[in-house]
Amino acid sequence: MIKRVSKFASALGVLLIAGMAFAQPPFIVVASTTSTEQSGLFPHLLPAFEKDTGINVRVVAVGTGQALDIGRRGDADVVFVHDKVAEQKWLADGEGVKRYPVMYDDFILIGPESDPAHVKGGHDITAALKAIGEAKAPFVSRADKSGTHAAELRLWKDAGVAIATAKGPWYRETGSGMGPALNTASGLDAYILADRGTWLNFKNRGHLQIVVEGDKRLFNQYGVMLVNPDKHPSVKKDLGQKFIDWLISPRGQAVIADYKIDGQQLFFPNAGTDS
Amino acid sequence: MGDAECGGLPIAASRVDVVRGETQVLSAVDVSIECGVRTFILGENGSGKSTLLRVLHGLVAPTRGSITWGGSGLRPPRQAMVFQRPVLLRRSAAANIRHALKLAGVRGANSDRCIENALERVGLASLANRAARVLSGGEQQRLALARAWALVPEVLFLDEPTASLDPPSARAVEAIIRDIHALGTTIVMTTHHLPQAKRLADSVVLLHAGRIAEHTPAAQFFNEPRSAYGRAFLEGERL
Amino acid sequence: MNTIAESLSVALAMVMHLDPRVTAIVALSLGVSLTSTLCSAAIGLPLGAAVAIGRFPGRDALIVALNSAMGLPPVVVGLVVYLLLSRAGPLGPLGILFTPQAMVIAQTVLIVPLVAALTRQIVDDAWVEYREQLQSLESSWLQSTLTLLWDTRWSLLTVLLAAFGRAASEVGAVIIVGGNIDGVTRVMTTAIALETSKGDLPLALGLGIVLITLVLALNVGAHVTRHWARARLG
Repeated sequence: MIKRVSKFASALGVLLIAGMAFAQPPFIVVASTTSTEQSGLFPHLLPAFEKDTGINVRVVAVGTGQALDIGRRGDADVVFVHDKVAEQKWLADGEGVKRYPVMYDDFILIGPESDPAHVKGGHDITAALKAIGEAKAPFVSRADKSGTHAAELRLWKDAGVAIATAKGPWYRETGSGMGPALNTASGLDAYILADRGTWLNFKNRGHLQIVVEGDKRLFNQYGVMLVNPDKHPSVKKDLGQKFIDWLISPRGQAVIADYKIDGQQLFFPNAGTDS
Repeated sequence: MGDAECGGLPIAASRVDVVRGETQVLSAVDVSIECGVRTFILGENGSGKSTLLRVLHGLVAPTRGSITWGGSGLRPPRQAMVFQRPVLLRRSAAANIRHALKLAGVRGANSDRCIENALERVGLASLANRAARVLSGGEQQRLALARAWALVPEVLFLDEPTASLDPPSARAVEAIIRDIHALGTTIVMTTHHLPQAKRLADSVVLLHAGRIAEHTPAAQFFNEPRSAYGRAFLEGERL
Repeated sequence: MNTIAESLSVALAMVMHLDPRVTAIVALSLGVSLTSTLCSAAIGLPLGAAVAIGRFPGRDALIVALNSAMGLPPVVVGLVVYLLLSRAGPLGPLGILFTPQAMVIAQTVLIVPLVAALTRQIVDDAWVEYREQLQSLESSWLQSTLTLLWDTRWSLLTVLLAAFGRAASEVGAVIIVGGNIDGVTRVMTTAIALETSKGDLPLALGLGIVLITLVLALNVGAHVTRHWARARLG
């Protein structure tokens, strides 16, 4: 019986290792954000890229902070996030090669039908946030080092609200991605800053609706960067650079512009601009 | 499977003490198991019968004292043991015997012959492929005996082997024990059932509170015990 | 209540139409969890039996450690395995982070304590029953380990079913080491987490119903097999 057991164990070991070495098409790992994934962009964008180049793209979608950390560890080839300040710091730390702006979408302020802070229909995000802070209306924050969270904190600052001290029980920090935070806001009938893409795909809206949009300060810029191959020799720099080049090429930019939800364009390509 | 011999006997326990925790289970026990002699260990509950049996078989190590074999401590005799409740594996009757033979280094065609023989001798040949655990109590104990017998032991230890059996099964087991002894195996057995001891014993070791009260040929013991405790023991059992 | 009714119909539709994305996710879930169960069996069964029968210094401490490790939080296991497999970590050169192999490793680490601890208890109880007879037959420590493992096989099957259940239902470990990559490391539990976070609760619950049904089917199969084998072989 010992013979049988050891034969089985070695067969298993071979399978496991073989699985690792199994011939695969060329692929890269891209660390991106949950909002980008939940906007539904990737199932639209990636097949076009794969068709043009034969390169398979594996997207690991986490918060911006975690995505940059994955890049820092060399576990991804390319990083594709939307927090310019964090991206530039990441570059300054020598983690990446160069930052290319790709596209922008926008944030919107979501709120309950009851609108306790009376901000609905406005186009001034800072005025709206000020009103929410004064009314101490329920507000959900992602609080997860994401691009969205960073943008939210900047907007509080612009609104003149020192959120670190002003926050009270009305300000709920969930430490989660956009979707779960929206679930919480829906359950609490609270205000929340969200990216348009996730909102359009979000199905558990409850009594929530868009209350403020269109303010230029709500624009959300996406940048793509190659992880530094000098620091991490395992980075697939040629394949990764191909992905970046494709994204900023006229073809890639057209595919991005082509992505619509309910007939509405979500992302506005702006490669080559100083964003 | 052949007949047993006397190599390794007598088994001599010399000044054996067994202490478990706070309790002295056996004290200064000196006893010798002679070849071919059916030795019965008797005594009340808690007298140390089962422990003495296990010490002689080697399952329990004495706290003090020693066990020697063949007069000079060289090679131990081939031994087997049957317990009050038969311990059988979850496999067929034949497979249980095969397991024991494999541990003893007997395999293949040799093994098959031994198994057939052993089952035949205890009357279980027709149940060879039955799951051991679905056999009746009596059949299981006979299987345990067959397993022990297949190893051709020079000494067979039995711990109250018929205590859980009905009278017909008990008689069948006694018959098998007689047969095993007839082929040369030395028997060492404990029992609570005095008539059984009277029927089967050649020699009686009587234990009282962990000490040997007497070690007497059976015929003498049941007629006229040498010790006062022996007399009290037989009186007590007769009541 | 509405959501539950809706998700039942979603679940049914998924099964009827055999949506290829769903089938791929289901196949990967089963593959990863069955593989990790087998690996954990190869490690945990002998380990548990050896600890049950063996007598060595530190045995009690080891038993307590194994029992406690049954309650390891999956997300902690995932994090530790992630740090080990990351390029920045000791096993980085293997390059298996964000692959199904990493998920198998993480799940195996998670359920080995479960298999070992429960096997230890089962074999320990059996050893009480068999010890004297096996010692009388001069069975070695290794031989006794194997004999007891085989003899307690039906109880051990239940242990493996429990291990499989735990592996197939956890999300914390596989989401960290796998990355929930669409088409590569997305399994049922991570897909449910994703759909929940997208607010698509009926779809999430529908996937959940499919998962529960699969685990139930596996257990029914095991139960029937056990019944049949018991009757034949005791």
